[in-house]
Amino acid sequence: MSSGQLFNFVTIGYFAAMILFIGFLATRSILVAKLASYCAYIGFAVQTYAIGLRWYETYQIPGSEGYAPMSNLYESVVFFSWTILLIYILIDWKYKQRSVGAFVLPFAFLAMTWAQLRLDDTIAPLVPALQSNWLTYHVITCFLGYAAFAVACGVSIMYLIKVRKEDNGDTSPAGGIVGIFPSAKILDDLNYKAIMIGFPLLSLGIITGAAWANYAWGTYWSWDPKETWSLIVWFIYAAFLHARITRGWAGRKAAILSIIGFIATIFCYLGVNLLLAGLHSYGS
Amino acid sequence: MSNQQRSLLNSVWDLFCSLKLTVFSLIALAATSIIGTVLQQNLDRKQYLSVFSEDTYNLLNKLQFFDMYHSWWFIGLLVLFCINLICCSIKRFPRVWHMVHCPNVTPSEQFLKSFSNVEEKLVAGDVKSISAKMATFLADNFTAATAYEKDGSTYLYAEKTKYARFGVYITHLSILVIFLGAIIGNIYGFKGYVNIPEGGSIDRIWLRNVQTPLPIGFEVRCEDFSVSFYGESQRPKEFRSVLSIVDQGELKVDHRPIVVNDPLSYKGLTFYQSSYGPAGDGQVVIKVKVRGEDKSDAFTLERGGVMALPGGDKVRLADFTPTFRNFGPAARLEVVSATGDKKVVTVFKNFANFDEERNGKYIFTLVDFQQMYYTGLQVTKDPGVWVVWLGCAMLVLGCMVAFFMSHRRLWVVINEQKGKVGVRLVGSAHRNQPAFELYFDELKNKFLDALSKD
Repeated sequence: MSSGQLFNFVTIGYFAAMILFIGFLATRSILVAKLASYCAYIGFAVQTYAIGLRWYETYQIPGSEGYAPMSNLYESVVFFSWTILLIYILIDWKYKQRSVGAFVLPFAFLAMTWAQLRLDDTIAPLVPALQSNWLTYHVITCFLGYAAFAVACGVSIMYLIKVRKEDNGDTSPAGGIVGIFPSAKILDDLNYKAIMIGFPLLSLGIITGAAWANYAWGTYWSWDPKETWSLIVWFIYAAFLHARITRGWAGRKAAILSIIGFIATIFCYLGVNLLLAGLHSYGS
Repeated sequence: MSNQQRSLLNSVWDLFCSLKLTVFSLIALAATSIIGTVLQQNLDRKQYLSVFSEDTYNLLNKLQFFDMYHSWWFIGLLVLFCINLICCSIKRFPRVWHMVHCPNVTPSEQFLKSFSNVEEKLVAGDVKSISAKMATFLADNFTAATAYEKDGSTYLYAEKTKYARFGVYITHLSILVIFLGAIIGNIYGFKGYVNIPEGGSIDRIWLRNVQTPLPIGFEVRCEDFSVSFYGESQRPKEFRSVLSIVDQGELKVDHRPIVVNDPLSYKGLTFYQSSYGPAGDGQVVIKVKVRGEDKSDAFTLERGGVMALPGGDKVRLADFTPTFRNFGPAARLEVVSATGDKKVVTVFKNFANFDEERNGKYIFTLVDFQQMYYTGLQVTKDPGVWVVWLGCAMLVLGCMVAFFMSHRRLWVVINEQKGKVGVRLVGSAHRNQPAFELYFDELKNKFLDALSKD
């Protein structure tokens, strides 16, 4: 079976996990939550294998010397959804907040769907500019950072829903689907934790990108739109980290800043390539 | 200085030390940075005028929007950010330094009451033996403690990873170091480029926007340049230049290949493979065989070049092209007989036997087509780059320390209370309180166990 077919199964797995997590919010059945987690875990395992398989496939192309499958838009989107699951699973293990899945899995599912339906999955050997180990370091660190921000964004959305409910004086024990959300305090803390993981990774991503640029072109920083947007994202999360220790900025404002941060992240990742001109054209 | 002046100065100082200013300057930097990604930077006036009206252009130009990352207001924001960072650190650092190097080992009642992680017990026994017991307890479960006496109480103090408190300052300093590296690079470095034809050499390079070339004090020779593709596709696989460097008559670098992502450094200058192009006309290698004979001759011809053939005839290279339709390299030859008759022959590199079928006196083969290239090199000198990397390393290290390490302190206060001995365990962590609370809850149980044991 080819990696492309396996990625289709992964997409189906994440779709099932997403629906089951939402079902869990509605039914509060632990069984449903467990099924959702299994789907997510199995999807993740299959995706890990499929990425490895695609890596192997890159060696099978005539004349190609093989490469880590992170070099074009399709591969990067697939990798992005993998990192989202990785960070989600880490946070799930540590904090065991099942309802978070309903707000994180959609990002992974959307990424996979888009990649499988709309993006070109041809394996093309690397052009000279991409033939560097820095490519792997740069992509891994950036996307782990992005994934942490995706989780933070999902948690922030939960926070805002939760807080609005509480503000409306809705303290009924049932509390609808919001009832099984973690408390606002835990959500705020999870948001902070996810960004704490993401921020050093984003910094490393920017630094490895700069090191690579310096190695390939002799300039570590040239205010290219992609570079600038990564810096914008960095500024926003730096503001978040400082805002959080300022009185009156924790909670709702921090959650909004986290969501803005993720919108900027997505723009940095996709908007710059699709809308602006620059160096990161994914070799096309 | 009047009181009014002093209070003004104080409020300015407070402003520069405030976290609000930090959040403001970070968000302002993020927001303004967008401009330069939407508006293409450093284009020609003409290119801007094709999009904007004269008035709009003048306004945007005055606001330095066309080179905004070097504009006074953007640099100003960066300076504001740095001043804020420095002031914050100056204000807070001495206190943290003091806390790390002169810990409060015999804290006051009021100080101890400010912590929420506390456990207390009254036990029978004497202060001395219980102190010893508690010292073992801390050593076993946390880390070795030091004992102090004050006002009749015994204080045991133990701490872990006290340097975690410096993480924030390492991070702050790292940003200043990165800026310092960038400034050094801007003052003492330069970026230039140079084109060298194969077999040629240069000893000066061109800087951007500078009319005269810059001598570099040594000679760089391009021995060879080649470009290769994946299979038959147009997807480039490798651009490779082979460079040699001659410094004061001495060969310092001999035939060093450079490719994209693998530059050559010499005397602080780094040469990067950046572009290429055709240099002059190409050459073709032709093989000729007289029909019926085994022997064959090969010769290299330039356009218009003439070569004598074994039978007294001559051949002239009339024309050639690297790609003839889809057939690849092709050459048109003119065979001129001794009597002056001309005959045109076309040969293809990819179809070696093509001329065989012509049934002529000679069989020509196009063995090779050689196009001479020039290699385009980017040349940079940046003595600040190592300072930048140092700053980057500090940034990542500082973040890790600041986010994932915490200065944890434990006090055990032991004193006599109405014939019994009061023992109090107090703990504090400078960050990640929830995790420390969990840790302390567990520690509490061990503490009570240790006290009840004999």
